[in-house]
Amino acid sequence: MNNRPIILRGGHVVDPSQNLDAKCDILIADGKIGAIGNISEKPDDASTINCNGKHVFPGLIDARVFVGEPGGEHRETIASASKAAVKGGITGFIMMPETDPVIDDVALVDFVRRAARDDAIARVYPSASITRGFEGTELTEFGLLQEAGAILLTEGKRSIQSSLVLRRALTYAKDFGLVVSTETFDPYLSENGVMNEGLIASHMGLPGIPREAEIIMLERDLRLAALTGGNYHAANISTSDSAEAIAPYKEANPNITCAVSINHLTLNENDIGRYRTFLRLQPPLRNETDRNAMISALADGTIDIIVSSHDPQDVDEKRHPFSEAADGAIGMETLFAAAMRLYHNEEVPLARLIDALSTRPARIFGLDGGSLAVGKAADLIITDLDDPWIVRESDIVSKSKNTPYEKEKFSGRVLQTFVNGECVYAYET
Amino acid sequence: MQSTKRNCNRPCTRLHNLSRMPIDLHLMDSKNFPKAFNQKHLLGIAELSPLEIQYLLDRADDAVSVSRQLEKKKNVLRGRTQINLFFEASTRTQSSFELAGKRLGADVMNMSVGSSSVKKGETLIDTAMTLNAMQPDLLVVRHQSAGAVELLANKVGCSVINAGDGAHEHPTQALLDALTIQRNKGTIAGLVVAICGDVLHSRVARSNIILLNALGAEVRVIGPSTLLPARIEELGVAVFHNMENGLKDADIVMMLRLQRERMSGALVPSVREYFRYFGLDAAKLRHANPEALVMHPGPMNRGVEIASEVADGPQSVIETQVEMGVAVRMAVIETLLETRGNYE
Repeated sequence: MNNRPIILRGGHVVDPSQNLDAKCDILIADGKIGAIGNISEKPDDASTINCNGKHVFPGLIDARVFVGEPGGEHRETIASASKAAVKGGITGFIMMPETDPVIDDVALVDFVRRAARDDAIARVYPSASITRGFEGTELTEFGLLQEAGAILLTEGKRSIQSSLVLRRALTYAKDFGLVVSTETFDPYLSENGVMNEGLIASHMGLPGIPREAEIIMLERDLRLAALTGGNYHAANISTSDSAEAIAPYKEANPNITCAVSINHLTLNENDIGRYRTFLRLQPPLRNETDRNAMISALADGTIDIIVSSHDPQDVDEKRHPFSEAADGAIGMETLFAAAMRLYHNEEVPLARLIDALSTRPARIFGLDGGSLAVGKAADLIITDLDDPWIVRESDIVSKSKNTPYEKEKFSGRVLQTFVNGECVYAYET
Repeated sequence: MQSTKRNCNRPCTRLHNLSRMPIDLHLMDSKNFPKAFNQKHLLGIAELSPLEIQYLLDRADDAVSVSRQLEKKKNVLRGRTQINLFFEASTRTQSSFELAGKRLGADVMNMSVGSSSVKKGETLIDTAMTLNAMQPDLLVVRHQSAGAVELLANKVGCSVINAGDGAHEHPTQALLDALTIQRNKGTIAGLVVAICGDVLHSRVARSNIILLNALGAEVRVIGPSTLLPARIEELGVAVFHNMENGLKDADIVMMLRLQRERMSGALVPSVREYFRYFGLDAAKLRHANPEALVMHPGPMNRGVEIASEVADGPQSVIETQVEMGVAVRMAVIETLLETRGNYE
């Protein structure tokens, strides 16, 4: 590790954890934030980075990342995911247990932690499944998994069918202070649907997924969360009704939280165009009204956090007719730039965006980071909010190239990413 | 539908030069396209202009006489290769395309899925690339997934005809239906056409709705709500759930096939009940215009969506549809292969 202190001079710093939104200097020393404010005295051996005209934020924390390791290393390894992460300004991410085998056991959590320690350049937080093998019946060993390092219990891309199992999971997890997270869709109502039900699906001749498939399951989950008083996190909501449903429950129980993926904030079903399988997602891209509702709910805090839902799929899973292709899109490398669209469009204030991308996920899941307060680990990013760029497949560092933003134009770029005070990524012009 | 807010509305000067290249209209010189038909492929009716539809119908009308002669072979496509690639079993459409190609003098090869490498796990795109390497001039493709034929068309050098993709489109069926109507009624504009049955799973219905609207017919769909797609009325049709009301004054009654497996999906309870409310029998047909034509894309489920008395009755033009099918496919194949020269 580079132990020389670093001073970031004159950047515009936004840190929601201390309500900070001003131009100031930051001293990084011993991997931690040594000082923040107007730093006139400089340690002799310190190097200086001129951040004039740049923005400095706490590093992003992505609470929903699918990785192929173990079992699908050709799609993404923990190491390659961490490279994609730091390029996108993500200093830490929660890895979904959706692997082969499913991470439902202490040994597997330990495997992830070791692989992350040895190979990853970002912080990788393992999560574990709620039920063994995602089968929806037997609970995993919540306590032992937590001791091994799992910071979240989640069924990955699934919802839990049995209301009883979910009730018990929420109740039992509460004793350990663990968050239980599920996707909210009714597989029966979704049947073999592949995109949002509506005029476009009807026109394209594709089986649709009604919005109610999400809303019905979410409402059930919310009632169980209220019943148990558990820590419940809806993994990825996509409809205006979902946001409306969740708001009163959040008011009553602050441990109920939810996320929206960056895709559902910036894309809608029209973007699928001529059967573009890279835009086949779960939940499906909805209509423009829903997208706008997601933005409003994010701005007013009903939606707590933004996730990338990074889901690498190789060409063999995507180069198929739309209804036969796999769901999922990568998203870590474009997360920051895509989120900055909402800032440039004056739809969500910058401080709220950084809160949703960094401070709040850290708080919900009890992680390091999300703050630039003195003494905290120096996980931070230096960015240029106006730097324009175009997404090109050849620039993607993730092992899989299934980006929904191919050829999209963005304004906003991560220039440097620091984890533990060490520069792990620097943009080269 | 999409809000204009999607694009960054703050100035990003460095991007402006990259944003749009002017289209050089001179490249689209009309002498390069002498035909009233400017498509490389026939993927769907939605991609055609009303003029292009009418052009194909007029040519098909001329082609009808070829099949009625003793000498049925034209040699205009001598030396051209047509491959029929059917991922979904079909006897009628495949033989219709085969006959159409052969009557134009092309060499026709049939690839059915049972004996092909698709069963061995080869992907659609690999199959397409393999066939493309054999230098065909035309691929006729049927696939069970919507959009699959277009995906394939993007990967090959030759022209592609969609012979049905999932529940998306079946353009030659809509064209042959239109030709049948036009030859019987003189015109399509102003006619009331009732499409009855399982619209949800029907590519025939989608192509027909688009084509008939383009040519000025009044289109209705009749069926149980479980078998109608979401927001179907916005595709330009009036929706009925009752045959008596829906058939009133109809000039054309177009029946759709009901797959028997729909019963297990809780879409309709039984054949008996379906026939009672949505099967076309003589009594229901009396609500339509007395001159109304009865059509069916085949193969029919007698006693499920249509009664034999109607299928074989005087108003039925079901056999004419089959005859028109060959003519339409001859017209489409010939047009595409002529137009193809413009792209080389």
